Amino acid sequence: MSAITRATGDNSANHHSADRTKLQQDGIGFSTLSVHAGEARQKNADSITDPICCTSTYTFTNTQSIIDFIEQKQPREEYGRYGNPNEKVVEAKLAALDNAEEAIVYSSGMAAIVGLLMAKLSAGDEIVFFDECYHRSREFCYKHLARFGVVTRTVKTGDMQAMEAAINDRTKLLVSESPTNPHLTCVDLEQFVAIGKAHEVETLIDATLATPYNVRPIDYGVDYVWHSATKYLGGHNDLLAGVIAGSKEKLDSVRHLRGILGGINSPHNLYLLERGLKTFELRMQRHNANGQAIAEFLEQHPRVEKVYYPGLKSHPSHEVAKQFMKGFGGLITFNVKDADWRETANIIDACKIPRIGPSLGGVESLIEQPMVMSYFNYKPEDRQKFGIYDNMIRLACGIENTEDLIADLAQALES
Amino acid sequence: MKFRTRAIHVGNEPDPQTGAVVPPIYLATTFIQPGVGEWGEFDYSRSGSPTRKNVETTIADLESGTNALLFASGMAATHCVTMLFQKGDHIIANRDLYGGSYRLLHKICDRSGIEVTLVDVNQPEELKAALRPQTKLLWIETIGNPLMSIPNIRQCVAFAREHNLLLGVDNTFASPALCRPLELGADIVMHSATKYLGGHSDCLVGALVTADPELHKRLYFVQNACGSACGPLEAYLLGRGMKTLEIRMREQCRTAMQIAEHLSQHPKVTRVLYPGLKTHPGHELAREQLNGMFGTMMSFEVNGDLAATKMVCKSTELFGLAVSLGAVESLIAHPATMSHASYAPEARAAAGISDRLIRLSVGLEDPEDLIHDLNQALSKI
Repeated sequence: MSAITRATGDNSANHHSADRTKLQQDGIGFSTLSVHAGEARQKNADSITDPICCTSTYTFTNTQSIIDFIEQKQPREEYGRYGNPNEKVVEAKLAALDNAEEAIVYSSGMAAIVGLLMAKLSAGDEIVFFDECYHRSREFCYKHLARFGVVTRTVKTGDMQAMEAAINDRTKLLVSESPTNPHLTCVDLEQFVAIGKAHEVETLIDATLATPYNVRPIDYGVDYVWHSATKYLGGHNDLLAGVIAGSKEKLDSVRHLRGILGGINSPHNLYLLERGLKTFELRMQRHNANGQAIAEFLEQHPRVEKVYYPGLKSHPSHEVAKQFMKGFGGLITFNVKDADWRETANIIDACKIPRIGPSLGGVESLIEQPMVMSYFNYKPEDRQKFGIYDNMIRLACGIENTEDLIADLAQALES
Repeated sequence: MKFRTRAIHVGNEPDPQTGAVVPPIYLATTFIQPGVGEWGEFDYSRSGSPTRKNVETTIADLESGTNALLFASGMAATHCVTMLFQKGDHIIANRDLYGGSYRLLHKICDRSGIEVTLVDVNQPEELKAALRPQTKLLWIETIGNPLMSIPNIRQCVAFAREHNLLLGVDNTFASPALCRPLELGADIVMHSATKYLGGHSDCLVGALVTADPELHKRLYFVQNACGSACGPLEAYLLGRGMKTLEIRMREQCRTAMQIAEHLSQHPKVTRVLYPGLKTHPGHELAREQLNGMFGTMMSFEVNGDLAATKMVCKSTELFGLAVSLGAVESLIAHPATMSHASYAPEARAAAGISDRLIRLSVGLEDPEDLIHDLNQALSKI
């Protein structure tokens, strides 16, 4: 059997075949993976696309077939909370894109990280976080994991010595985003993994902003990769999904707990995610190109004080980003020169193409002021501590024509 | 604004009620009216629905038209055009014509006494000879199917204007990313939006676009009376697909060019029909009319008989053996037995569709993977 046949699944019409393999990485192109990986070559009803399987439960032909299923002789679905056929396809596709053995999809990015942390941690355990991270991840760890006796320690992003110093014999997991949100700091994945391995602590990277197109942390030995698939993977601002990728051995307990907690995604959403992934490489090429061009435009603009974008030489992470990433994504953060929060807001309100809203990674550009959108109720000194400034704007470049976005930003900055 | 920006934003105003960045899908079949005898913008979804209207706005803009109508399929859209005419009227169509359109014109329209003549529209003598006082419509495809012939659209516009005909252009094979016939003076653009516009092989939709509100009204009257509009879920998927139309087209056209060049060097291939090749008779016109791209469709003939041709078609592993085209998945087809099976055998021969002809729709996969797949399939003969 050729690589492609093996990669794109079996040739039988049995939709429950276990041979719906992930695409092997033996030289197959990324877009080929995006279009075909995880899908059965021949599908039910000979349809070229996967049907949306809206069912809450799955029927057995007879009692023996239940026993065969329990004895794991026949892989198949059982009940909607444990999995569904649309999920199987998307999980295999995402695993192939991340070069992982296994992926588990959740109803949102937060459901995914909560699912992993709840499966892996017990009272008395500790985790170490880099301090630049999504504020809801931080909130979950400090407010909720703490209630279950799990201790979270935070160290300065990228400070590997501090991270190593924070590890003790109760530490179970090291967590980082790369790039971080909204400062776009990139982490040296080799150093990060080396610390974990030296202390026998597992590692997790939130690669939502990077995506598997720009970096595949598993290739560097990271244990778990986490994405909010709502962003670039879905890509159309029309679904919520999260994913954890890693080895089958490490993820078995995570999948089992998801079956109990019930944070599964729906067949309709999963179909949209599968469809979105087909153009994943193309969209990422545009996001990367727009991100780089607009970051360069902003950096030379007289009204802009500072631009955070790893593709710029001025970014402290530029060298690390170049080493680990193919491109630098569509997210740009910048500070407006001599502007208070209201003057900064005026620039956002003057934009005609980017919509004002949280989130990122979709075809439509989005713009927001982190101080207003995510940190409005924080005390000013806390905002300072997290590096969230009143004059800071976060722009999530979509895939519109670069010239249009630049012209729009130029008029908004001059308004 | 540029094409790609418009594809994302025009017709996609955020929902005023919730701010949702993607407009909601309205499944309602009927709409509450303000009062007796007073009508809101929407009344019954056969006559119009918010989701359809949004996507119609996008397509009309991308095709540089003023109005668009969405149909349950491309054929439903083409049928709507023919319903403008009546007994005794006459249609001229280009000979390199999609099999479904051929069937509609020859086996359905003839029942209502509408007559059809097929010509090579690039031959002015043939066109002139076909003209009758009752001729009402000239129908062409931007890129002909399956020989990829390229009609001279400006000449067709001039001919239609001179003789007071409507010019209808099936723009399915080009998409507005490559060609916008309304800008050149065509009257009606038709799409099987199932193909490039939707782009993911998962929604069946047709479209008609016009730049003349009066003509739009006549077409809308037929659509509403005959009830052939598409459903809201299909319209939504179409709108979603169009957001990546331009980048898909650029990438797929580039891959198609590589494959055409590869096949034209291949010892088992006797002829490649792709407008991007200098050897193609329509190459110069394609350069003028297709925005620097040449489409993702090509046909080629293999050095072998019908059995060998079938062997190639069924031996590919990435190219799926199926009709349709224009999506992210590459497809391979045998026009003589598939898309053009509804031609009469002698008409098929006259149109130059041999049993050895294979048609490819080039998708979004990596070009190297696709070339590798074609090589292994051709090695079977």
